[in-house]
Amino acid sequence: MIFSFTDEQEQFRSVVQRFLKQNSPITEVRRLMETEEGYDPDVWRELSEDLGLPAIHIPEAYGGAGFGPVELGIVMEELGRSLLCAPYFSTTVMAANAILNAGSEAQKLDMLPAFARGEQLATLAVTESNGRWDAAGIECIASPADGGFQLNGTKNFVLDGCLADLLIVVARNPGTTDNDGLSFFALDGNTDGTNRRALEPMDATRKLARIEFNNAQATLIGELGAGFAPLRKTLDQAAVALANEMVGGAQALLDAAVEYAKMRMQFGRAIGSFQAIKHKCADMLIDVELAKSAAYHAAQAAAVDDSDTSALASLAKACASDAYVRTAAHCIQIHGGIGFTWDNDTHLWYKRAKSSEAFLGLPDYHRELLMQQWGS
Amino acid sequence: MENFDEQSVRSEVRTWLKTNWDPNANLIAWRNKLADSGWGVPHWPVEWYGKGLPLSLGSVVDEEFAHANAVGVAKTGIRMLAAATLLEHGNDLHKDRFLRRILTGEDVWCQLFSEPGSGSDLAGATTRADFDGENWIINGQKLWTTSAHHAQFGLLLARTDWDEPKHKGLSYFVLAMDQPGVEVLPLKQMNGHASFNQVFFTDAKIPPEYLISTEGNGWQVAMTTLAHERRGADGLRGASKEGPREGSIYEEERAEIETVMEPYKWYPQRAGRVDLIVERAKATGTIDDPHIRQEIAKLLILAKSAEWTARRARAAQQQGRPQGPEGSLGKLASSNIARACAHVHTLITQTDVMLTGQESPLGGTIAEILVSVPATSIAGGTDEIQRNIISERVLGMPKEPRFDTGPFRDVPRNIVT
Repeated sequence: MIFSFTDEQEQFRSVVQRFLKQNSPITEVRRLMETEEGYDPDVWRELSEDLGLPAIHIPEAYGGAGFGPVELGIVMEELGRSLLCAPYFSTTVMAANAILNAGSEAQKLDMLPAFARGEQLATLAVTESNGRWDAAGIECIASPADGGFQLNGTKNFVLDGCLADLLIVVARNPGTTDNDGLSFFALDGNTDGTNRRALEPMDATRKLARIEFNNAQATLIGELGAGFAPLRKTLDQAAVALANEMVGGAQALLDAAVEYAKMRMQFGRAIGSFQAIKHKCADMLIDVELAKSAAYHAAQAAAVDDSDTSALASLAKACASDAYVRTAAHCIQIHGGIGFTWDNDTHLWYKRAKSSEAFLGLPDYHRELLMQQWGS
Repeated sequence: MENFDEQSVRSEVRTWLKTNWDPNANLIAWRNKLADSGWGVPHWPVEWYGKGLPLSLGSVVDEEFAHANAVGVAKTGIRMLAAATLLEHGNDLHKDRFLRRILTGEDVWCQLFSEPGSGSDLAGATTRADFDGENWIINGQKLWTTSAHHAQFGLLLARTDWDEPKHKGLSYFVLAMDQPGVEVLPLKQMNGHASFNQVFFTDAKIPPEYLISTEGNGWQVAMTTLAHERRGADGLRGASKEGPREGSIYEEERAEIETVMEPYKWYPQRAGRVDLIVERAKATGTIDDPHIRQEIAKLLILAKSAEWTARRARAAQQQGRPQGPEGSLGKLASSNIARACAHVHTLITQTDVMLTGQESPLGGTIAEILVSVPATSIAGGTDEIQRNIISERVLGMPKEPRFDTGPFRDVPRNIVT
């Protein structure tokens, strides 16, 4: 396994960093999070056309840049650091990967080039009102109709569900349970029988929707009933990407806490000179660096399709989300009263940490998945 | 050696070993040969038993020794710290008198730094060295001294000036352990082992030529020793080479290693033994307990992510990149792991944690873990000191105000009886 980034990857990181610094200052994050769409189409166009970020992990055969999970992880880490408001996780990480993993060759050739160009906004709808992230929790039914399929059921907590033009939905054949009978389907977000409602997300930088399907006509992606393996793979890849995003956010919080502690004077000295604060910061650094190692390691494993990738993805997700939440709480604490105000930026990352903690499954769920692989 | 390229070094050492290596040689005689040839410590200077090779080529030599199953110079214990310190700060007399017997293993060394009154605050040492016109006269007490009971020499940090600020009043000496003014007593730890000693000095004598560097420069010299200690822990490795090892010299080396390693035999338990966790949980059936599964997973995540962090640090070093924060966290991470291990071993072992000894779980190993883990967050720099170092050196945070910058005579300190 590789434990460092190449010079080219480091350069790529600098380019992404520069772009985000310029195009996603925290004032823009605050402006966009109050809007319904939650993103700036001009910035999205630039990051697609100039940087090619939506193409990064899509193979060249489908119009992409042909890089992989490591480069995607670099993008995610920087997005997490800057809290860029954009439909990147929904479109690029979840929907594009779902098509890559589940779609037929013809479908990939047909659908993915638009993703790579940044012209397709899409999302993947997995979770339902039971809030479960395992395949067995899926109840949405797909029945054959009119040469295609009709979807019935409700998807919940769907990332950018109202914004996405294209919905990728995981549903099951009538009469099946657990991991059997699952398939991926695609439909336009405005298809008849599709009712989308925006939810009020605690983390306003990440838009969520509830989507009801009443005999909504959809197209099968890939093979009928063979959806479990690609779903598992897609969720593992999403967990790796999210872990990398989370360590970027955690680093931003650590930087903010240390900077503030050096500047804030109480009792005639910088509060950062008190061991009570210094030691907390040292612990935060350990948390962040160990979580980075887990996130990078999982990305490297995914890049070579290591047989342990699923376990490592869960490990990274649990590790990074615990580190992120702890770092966020410490960062507020170090800021004291000002850290609890709306004007202070810490709560933006705190809320992202909390939404990321639950998104794709809480840490205890991922620890259990890890134990199922490493403890038996 | 003019040419430092890997191929030529490899072929030269290989040829030399082919001609000279004899598994039935006498150990001391063989190591004297290594010292004369420079192949025992190739990164040392040519004048002093080395070949002046860069450290990176040292591993090439190591590989060839391993390939030939050839015994190397003595490397265990404090000896290599002593050698590194003497190479940097000693004069020709010191190097001439001590280095060869360090390499042959004939002399054992110990480090006389820590005291009952100065642990984390090492520069607060109060063992005194007073010059009586002929010798330095040593009085005081040292603590946590590994190998003192069979060492020929000690690296001594002692106070020679009480009116200077504390870091400036210290001097660094080589002390001969075998003399009437030096008394060594074992120190029994809470886990029942006695791996360390207390060393008492009552008018012990040091001849003036055994002062290392200059009077008052002891802290600088001690920093060299400590830097090598942090870098290495080399003394704890290198003992586990496998391969066809037939010959009398291996027996001699084995006996030597056993003696030196004896105090460290509980060290694996001190680290917490994460390697035992899953098997133990299966054997006890606690692997099916949902709470314990969570705690095991947390521990595995911590241990693996710390391991990968160390790998990142090493990879960056190998690429010649400046060290990032990941290189400074290992010590504190090991403490966290050890504590977490003790917690999870307790959950797995349940009521049996009340027992110790042969009949207790794993023949006493679990009990030994539980009573050894507390050392991890103290030995070699407490967690609190580590956090100070990390926050100040890595995160650039300000220091606490100090109250010990004046003459040492006036600094509040412990009364040691």
